Amino acid sequence: MADELRNVPVPAKPALWRRPAVRSLVFQILLVAGIGFFGYTIFQNTLHNLEQRGISTGFGFLENEAGFGILMTLIPFDETYTYGRTFLVGLLNTLLVASLGIFFATIIGFIMGVARLSRNWIISRLATIYIEVFRNIPLLLQIMFWYFAVLRPLPGPRQSLIFNDTLFLSNRGLYMPSPVYEQGFWLVVVALAVAIVASIMIIRWAHKRQEATGEQFHSVYASIGLIVGLPLLAFFMMGMPLSWDFPVLQRFNMAGGMVVIPELAALLVALSIYTGAFIAEAVRSGILAVSHGQTEAARALGLRPGPTLRLVIIPQALRVIIPQLTSQYLNLTKNSSLATAIGYPDLVAVFAGTTLNQTGQAVEVIAMTMAVYLAISLTISLFMNWYNKRIQLVER
Amino acid sequence: MKKIHVIASAVTLTAVMSTSAFAGATLDEVKKKGFVQCGVSTGLPGFSSADEKGNWSGLDVDVCRAVAAAVFGDAAKVKYTPLTAKERFTALQSGEIDMLPRNTTWTLTRDTSLGLNFAGVNYYDGQGFMVTKSLGVKSALELDGASFCIQAGTTTELNLADYFRANNMKYTPVTFDSSDETVKAFDAGRCDALTSDQSQLYALRIKLGNPDGAIVLPEIISKEPLGPVVAQGDDEWFNIVRWSLFAMVNAEELGISSANVDEKKASTDPNIRRLLGLEGIKGSGLGLSDDWAVNIVKQVGNYGESFERNVGAGSSLKISRGLNALWNKGGLQYAPPIR
Amino acid sequence: MTVHTPHPDLPPPTLSVGVLGWLRSNLFSSPLHTLLSLFAIYLVYLTVPPIISWVFLDSTWVGDTREACSGTTGACWVFVKVRMNQFMYGFFPESEYWRINLAFGLLIVLAIPLFIKKFQHKGKLAIFILVFYPIITFQLFSGGNFGLTPVETSKWGGLSLTLILAGVGIVASLPIGIVLALGRRSEMPIVRSVCVVFIEFWRGVPLITVLFMSSVMLPLFLPEGTNFDKLLRAMIGIALFQSAYMAEVVRGGLAAIPKGQYEAAEALGLSYWKSMGLIILPQALKLVIPGIVNTFIALFKDTTLVLIIGLFDLLAIIQQAFADPDWLGFSIEGYVFAASIFWIFCFSMSRYSMALEKKLHTGHAR
Repeated sequence: MADELRNVPVPAKPALWRRPAVRSLVFQILLVAGIGFFGYTIFQNTLHNLEQRGISTGFGFLENEAGFGILMTLIPFDETYTYGRTFLVGLLNTLLVASLGIFFATIIGFIMGVARLSRNWIISRLATIYIEVFRNIPLLLQIMFWYFAVLRPLPGPRQSLIFNDTLFLSNRGLYMPSPVYEQGFWLVVVALAVAIVASIMIIRWAHKRQEATGEQFHSVYASIGLIVGLPLLAFFMMGMPLSWDFPVLQRFNMAGGMVVIPELAALLVALSIYTGAFIAEAVRSGILAVSHGQTEAARALGLRPGPTLRLVIIPQALRVIIPQLTSQYLNLTKNSSLATAIGYPDLVAVFAGTTLNQTGQAVEVIAMTMAVYLAISLTISLFMNWYNKRIQLVER
Repeated sequence: MKKIHVIASAVTLTAVMSTSAFAGATLDEVKKKGFVQCGVSTGLPGFSSADEKGNWSGLDVDVCRAVAAAVFGDAAKVKYTPLTAKERFTALQSGEIDMLPRNTTWTLTRDTSLGLNFAGVNYYDGQGFMVTKSLGVKSALELDGASFCIQAGTTTELNLADYFRANNMKYTPVTFDSSDETVKAFDAGRCDALTSDQSQLYALRIKLGNPDGAIVLPEIISKEPLGPVVAQGDDEWFNIVRWSLFAMVNAEELGISSANVDEKKASTDPNIRRLLGLEGIKGSGLGLSDDWAVNIVKQVGNYGESFERNVGAGSSLKISRGLNALWNKGGLQYAPPIR
Repeated sequence: MTVHTPHPDLPPPTLSVGVLGWLRSNLFSSPLHTLLSLFAIYLVYLTVPPIISWVFLDSTWVGDTREACSGTTGACWVFVKVRMNQFMYGFFPESEYWRINLAFGLLIVLAIPLFIKKFQHKGKLAIFILVFYPIITFQLFSGGNFGLTPVETSKWGGLSLTLILAGVGIVASLPIGIVLALGRRSEMPIVRSVCVVFIEFWRGVPLITVLFMSSVMLPLFLPEGTNFDKLLRAMIGIALFQSAYMAEVVRGGLAAIPKGQYEAAEALGLSYWKSMGLIILPQALKLVIPGIVNTFIALFKDTTLVLIIGLFDLLAIIQQAFADPDWLGFSIEGYVFAASIFWIFCFSMSRYSMALEKKLHTGHAR
């Protein structure tokens, strides 16, 4: 066999170390070994350094009493709670500002993106100026500007600007009445839940019917009626079990009611305006990416401008917009950590700030903080990827 | 090729810019580098602040200069690292700085679980309150329900919580990263009162738009012994920092100042002669030259001089000696004898 | 036979041409648009005149002291003027300002040929700027060699520090980003997953925690006895963070290269590194230059975050100037000044990137 083969002009087998498969295997093994060694060295160094310097380690500190107060908490908190609780408080504050910011930035972004394409000269100019100005100035600078330069001139709590005897605006924040739920309010909540479920069912039914028969049903009006009407009915049936707690001026501050603190307001305004400018650009490019033929085709089918935009242009534009929107949402969430510069008690300010400093356990605290942001980022991108896939063109 | 160049330049950059510190013997390292790396605040008038040229001065800065004078005979051989309250301990733990005289309160937790050692107390302080005059508040006990501007990551935050819990009052904390932002927010009326160590209150008051519109309340709600900190585990260095401070206090007690230190060498008082390294153990116990204390006094001055120059009558802060007078003048500054 | 001569065209209705026509079609085309336009004009009327009078008409430009500004209702630019040197050079010794000027002047001189169409050696020059220029600049800034007085990094500050941070960020992140992007498209599963994890990690965390980590934790990771300069640590953090973003940009370029190019390179018998280095990357990188510029803009704005870890970049040094007891109450001037500097840099870069995009786009149009 071997002798016969020798006569056939077969290319010589490459040496073992020249074969791509072997090479890539060796390279990958080396890489794993390298990374493993690197990680191990860092781990050892850290352990050694911590021990050498007498720094306490471990997550036991989370059980200890914090002993400091926090400006704004969504869950009950005072100085007797633990460091673990400060983590939760900070996390919730971060989630609050991020979700509000995403909400407002999306609205601003869509309005401005459409406005920039408007035929109205002055409107489109103004939108362009807005986008170009706010996109090109560092966010941190904007946050500080809103906080120190804009909220500073507001009057003190005793000279609050009062609107309708219910809203009080001062440099301590915007105070408004908070609802107090009395007995029997549960029925209103139940009614709302029932209405939402019923609306979803109606919308599904209407959709099916349209597919089957082509008849349309105004499910939007029906569900709005349900969602507003049913809870209202329950509310009056139970004898209006709701009262308001009005803020009252005390010696130093307003007490009672709800308050939007100026730190939150400044952060929210800056985040929404900054991210809104980027979203506006995404929206504009998305709309421009839909070819004009689509509009003309829709018109030719007899669709009026409203439905054309709603049913033809926007669904196609969304495919371009969504990926950009996702990264803007991610950026906004990460940028909310700049709160620490103006004292809004978010995760970085409270946990990676005060808690880190009181306990001195930098490694644990920073690792936990980073893990949280990673988790939030992954969740947002998973959700947006899922949504993007849902609205993606289904090619047949 | 290009990549190799990049790597090579990165390596050179690293090699040039990295400095080596925190080996067992800090003193050797410091001597090798030729300067003391000193962690200070990012700007607190009277304690450590930089002028437009970047020259540092202040009571805390003088401790660094004293150590440099003791080690090198030259008080100028100091490099400063401005640190926020948050960063300060890690900077020391990691060996980025050799010592930290940054308005740091000596507490049990810090002394035990952070891997630090407090070398002494260069300023006895206590937490106080500053309010605007127009509020008409005369005592801190009237501050129930008020909001407070505080600097994050300080003992102030904890003391405030304790004080209000003990007196069964309510408060709202508004925390900021730096003292600058804290005072700005207070000036803007974001909070009713600013709370901090009392010495800082005087320093911060100058930064207000209308300094006369604010008063510092008489209450002191905590003990705040401020002193230089070094990393644990190097007793030699610990001793040098500690005794540099003591030398300044002892010099004041013995009446030795930067003006008369040379004349005092002729003195026959054995206490003076021991301090000036003319008899006794001299510098050998600390591993320093014999004239270490002479250099400190000559170049930095005694504790009293430093105090008056930076925070006392000779400065814009005009803080009285109070607790920081010498022990034999009704204060707490007391240094163990040099013998 | 009479030749039919058409009547001359009637002029268009007066309402559809000229100023009136423009107004009608652009501002008042429908009742809704009329309402919107009027509202917008009112908005402009409300905001623009006060801003102009504050910035220009009522402002103070001359003088050296605070007293020069007393009594004016406009901006006090004297505050900025007095502190200008510090805003530009930080705490750098005044006698050494020429070194910073030289470094940035050199960059401008070196960069000019890149914009000249006829210049032949753009690639070589670009490599020189990316590799050797940083070394020269570093020598100029830190000194110590060639008879220059050493200037420690804690004295660097102001706009020059902002530019340095952004420059180092981009120069260091480009090669790392290229390697990561290649790794992410590699056929080796482990290499690919390592790169994916690395990229997604850095993209998932906020820069501020990265800076915290590099300023607070990095020293704990290193073996005992090694210690980096604070500025260098911040630079490492920024470079790692930025390289993940850069990798994604480069990956976009790699994906845009037709498969035929890869196959052709393989068919020529080029090794992986040769085919990447000679065929794929030159094309891909050219495609993503606008993306790189956009990343650079983002990085440039992000450098302001270093103020949180106590470095004195432009914003930080301006903020610090607010605390000067002699110059209290001029924060708006300071913020406006900082904003306009950043805006000028970012806006001109974004215009450049857009122009480039257009140019490259036509090149690839079929």
